[in-house]
Formats: sequence, C-alpha cells, structure tokens
Amino acid sequence: MLAYILRRLISIPFLLLGVASVSFLLSQMTKGDPLAALVPERMMSNPEIVAAVKAEWGLDQPLPIRYVRYLGNLLQGDMGTSFSTRRPVALDIAERLPATLELVIAAMIIGTFMGLALGLLSARFRGTIVDSVARIFALLGSSLPVFWSGLILLYVLSVQLRIVPGTGRLPPRVQPPPDVTGFYTIDALLAGNFPLFLQVLSHLALPAFVLGWAVTGIITRLVRSSLVEGLSLDYARTARAKGAPERIVLIRHALPNAMIPLLTILGFTFAYLITGAVLTEAIFSWPGIGSYAVRAAASLDYPAIGGVTIVGAVAFLLANLVTDIAYAWANPRIKVH
Amino acid sequence: MSPLLKTKDLRIEFRNDDGIWAEALCGVDLSLDPGEVLGIVGESGSGKSIAMMALLQLLPRGARVSGSARFKGQELIGMPPARIRQLRGKSIGCVFQDPLSAFNSVLRIGDQIAEAITLHDRSMSKRDALKEAERLFELVAIPQPAKRIRQYPHEFSGGMRQRAMIAMALANRPELLIADEPTTALDVTVQAQILDLLRDLRKDLGIGMVLITHDLGVVAGIADKIAVMYGGRIVERGTTDDVFYHTAHPYSAGLIGAVPSLDGTGKLQQIDGTPPSIFNRPSGCSFHPRCSQVEEICRMQTPELESVGETDCACHLPLVTRDAKVAE
Repeated sequence: MLAYILRRLISIPFLLLGVASVSFLLSQMTKGDPLAALVPERMMSNPEIVAAVKAEWGLDQPLPIRYVRYLGNLLQGDMGTSFSTRRPVALDIAERLPATLELVIAAMIIGTFMGLALGLLSARFRGTIVDSVARIFALLGSSLPVFWSGLILLYVLSVQLRIVPGTGRLPPRVQPPPDVTGFYTIDALLAGNFPLFLQVLSHLALPAFVLGWAVTGIITRLVRSSLVEGLSLDYARTARAKGAPERIVLIRHALPNAMIPLLTILGFTFAYLITGAVLTEAIFSWPGIGSYAVRAAASLDYPAIGGVTIVGAVAFLLANLVTDIAYAWANPRIKVH
Repeated sequence: MSPLLKTKDLRIEFRNDDGIWAEALCGVDLSLDPGEVLGIVGESGSGKSIAMMALLQLLPRGARVSGSARFKGQELIGMPPARIRQLRGKSIGCVFQDPLSAFNSVLRIGDQIAEAITLHDRSMSKRDALKEAERLFELVAIPQPAKRIRQYPHEFSGGMRQRAMIAMALANRPELLIADEPTTALDVTVQAQILDLLRDLRKDLGIGMVLITHDLGVVAGIADKIAVMYGGRIVERGTTDDVFYHTAHPYSAGLIGAVPSLDGTGKLQQIDGTPPSIFNRPSGCSFHPRCSQVEEICRMQTPELESVGETDCACHLPLVTRDAKVAE
C-alpha cells in the first residue's frame, strides 16, 4: 500500500508538467491580446511604450523561449506575475486558496451529511411521503442554479429575516484572526478568540449551505439508488433471514456497500469545487480562487490563468489519490499492488 | 408427535407489470416432523423456493400469501414482523444457493456470523460471539477457524463459503434448517462434501431440514421424504424410497430418468419442453404439454393430489395404475 501511494505521488510532478504545458499553449493560442490589460488604451498607439511593456513582461520573446522560461520558473514555485494585480501569482493564490478551501470543505461536510441522511431516509421509507420530500429537496439542490438559490436565500435570510450576516468572510472593519492556516475558523480558535470564531462561522454558514445543497443533490440520489439496489440483493435477504430488522439491514449491510461508489463521487466533487465554486464565491463576495479565476480569464491574465489551472490540477490529482486509497480501504476485494 | 412444520393450502400470488395477478403457488400442503428431512424437488419456476421464503416472509414486496403455515403450532402467515424476526435465524436457519452473493462482501465472515448470534442474544458480547463463530467453524469442519473468521467472503473457496453459510444458519441451534439449492453453485466433488456435512449435522444435532433442489440425486441420500413440485403444485409426495421405486407421476419418472447412474446403464432421459410461466399456465394438468402419456382429460381437468399406490400423486393416469391396467 505504501509503495503504491509513493508511486502515485512520484507520478504527480510529471502529470503537472503536462497540465502546465497544455495550459500554457492553450492560453497562447487564444485570439485576445494581453497587452490590452497591460497598456492603457491611449498609449497603444505609441510603439515605443508597447515595445517597452512587451520587453518588460517577456512578451517579445519567441514562444519556445517563453515556454522554457515559464516551466523553469514554475519549478522554483514561481508562477509569474499577474498582469492585473501586478503581484506574484503564487502569492495571490496562497492568499485566496484557504478561503476557497474553507468554503468547499464546509460545503462538502454539509453536503455529505445531508446527502447521507436524506439518502438513508428515502431508501428506508421509499415510496412514502418522506421519500418524496427528501428527493424533491435533493433534486432542487442539484437543479437550482447556485446564483439563484444563493441570492434568494441571501435576500430572505440575511436582508429580510436578519438570521445570518451578509456577504464576505467577516463583517467590514473586523480584523481577521492572525494568519496561521488561512482558515479563519481554525485561526480564530488558535488565537483563542471564540466570539470571532462564531462570527466567522455565521458568515460561512450560508454560502457553505448553498454550495453544500448542490452537493447534497448528487449524493442523495447516489446513496438512495445504491441502498435501494443493495436492499434487493442476496446479502440483504441473508441479513433478514438472520433476523435483522430492516434498519440494521440498511445501516449495517447496505450502507457500507453504498460507500464504495460514494467515495468516488466525493473525491471528484471536492476537486471540482476548488475551481468550480465560482458562482457561490461571486454571490457571497468570497475572496477565493473562483473569483480570481474569473477575473484572470476576463483580462487574459496568462500567468494567473496558468496558476489557477495548476491549482485545479493538483486538487484533482490529490483527490483522486485520496479516493483510491479510501476505495481500497472501503472495499476489501481490492488489493493494491 | 406434533409436526415441526405444517402448511395447508399455501398460496402465493404475484402481479405482473400489467397489474394482472397470477398464482405462483397454488395450494401446497406439506408436513415435517422434528428431525426429519424433506426434499422439495422441481425445476426453476415450480414454486419450491418461494414456498419456503413465504414461510419467513422473505418474498419480494408485492407478493400476496394466503393459506396456513404453522411452525410448532404458531401460524407464520400474517405473523407480525417483530415476531417473525425472532424466529428467523433463531428457530429457523437458512442456507442459500450462491454463498458468494449471499454473504456481504465488505464485512468479515466472522462478524457476519457473530451478528447472527448477537441479533438474538443482546447480552452476548461481540467477542464471545466471535468465539462462538470459531466453534461453529469447527463444527462445519473449516480449518484454522481463528484465522478464517477474520477473512472476507472473497478469500474463501466456494465450498468453504457454503460451510460458513451453514455455520451461520446453525449459529442459534435452530430446529429447522431451510437449505435452498445449497449445492447448486458448487463443483461436483464439493457438492458431495456439503451433502455429507448436512447428513452429519442432521445426525448429530437432530435438526429438521427442508432441502430444496432441482436435482433428485441430491435428496436421494439424505431426505426421509420427497415432494415433487411442478407449476406451483405438489405433483407427487411420499417417502424417498416410494418416490424412487414406486413412482406414480410421469414428471417424477422423468426426473428420475434424468439422473445419471454410476453404472452407466440405460440412456439418460430428458423431459422435452420448458416449465410454464405462471402468467400463462396450460389448462388442466399444467404438465400435460410436456407429458408423453397425455390424454384428453389431462387438458380439461386439474388433477387432485390423492393417494395412489405407495405415494400421493396428482395425475389422471398415474403410472402405477397404468401398469396395473397393462397387466390386466
């Protein structure tokens, strides 16, 4: 097992090299002109300024040189300088990644628990009103666009009922906790500042729920169908023949079997959300990777696009690795060599 | 002696996709004394498995069961779920056809057997239940029980898995063991070992058994009596010897003819055609389209099960009386 994990880890840099190359080439092939972001429009007619800017950002070099230089810098952890923020991309990302991770992890926890609970309920009481309600709730989560459900909930819960605070990670003019992990929840606790922790949590609750609701939909459907299938299989009949009540057949027998497909979906969803939480981040003014990626793409900020792509790729590779390990653990029939 | 199990006019109906109800079991009377072994023989679709699953209320949803089935005098049909659960696995153990799919593949075998014990004995600790599982493995001759109980089903061979399944069914010393095609999924040599094991258990534990099979050869050496089923009915019923040596029903005779004999004499017979679907049963005797000795009455009238010669037989023209006629 250990050797397997090690082998997988070793393969990651090579895969990243491929991802970096493809993202570099693709962004070079786009029709847009990054100069538009770098040079004010009225100076575009001045060839000297344009040439100077090109030279400063290395855009005057031929493609192969730029490619090699980019990869060389990448090896040293340098993702280049963002055209729009004029700061190192790595620094931008390091600042924003914890915000996204905190949101996505919270959403995954909410989505997994709700999905498992609803899936179990609707499998246990299939065909009844409980089943219908659970399935409709799940269906809404996966079919309502986040920008709609997020806005409505924000309006109702925050503006009208004032149950939850507004957007952002903290109220304006509240100092974030001292930076240790970048997760405000953890940092607030590390600082021993419990009131601040509660404030952070209340700001996290709604966006995490909105994003988690979308995840709930996928998980509920998967868990329900796996459980219902499991309950009709021979092992469930054996359990009943032993005298097990339906509740035990469901939880002790069908559920462990349903975990196997669930793990795959969880890993994939997590990785997807790292760069896919864009809309939620936009609605809740969440300073994460998603909103950064949108701005980078809109302004043809190549270094930033490349940086986000690599972060997304790393997220997928790690999530896949963790999924495979968890898979082998959940399914004793799999032997890893 | 009061019977261990007695069914009277047991009927099961299923509904097809068009909402039409059809009888899969058309009134079955069986009786089994404590410690006795009953073989139920028939092709797939004859109703032999569902009859036994109906006793434990293990039929799929939507099945309609009527009639009576008494286990030690208690009516099983319509028994509340909480009470039938106390019987399942405790007084009545089950062994299923394919032990690979019948075990839960993600749980250790020992834990699954221990569960069968703790479900009925809340005071028993998991550790004690696992000790008991080890002891059961010794009973069914699984070597290295301490190591084996920690393994998963896929780490067992087919024969060992079926032994483990039998161990699980015996976990609470039931008075009745229902074995549904226990040897069908196994190699021939392993089949013989499992049958030997069942025979030994029956002798040592004095346990009553219902052995469901499509293979007359399986029940020949172990059953005290045999019920041959066809199209949801019992077509012949009697002691094992009588069914084999004083066969009255042409279908039973066909089944006996289809068992290969070791001395290799005689041509292996076959019964032409396939068993009827429950939604499309032939009129009269449902065996008549496949019967080589069919006459007009067979198409018109369903024969009743009645005493004919040495056995009970449901046939208008049972072989024994036919022979007598020929003799006249």
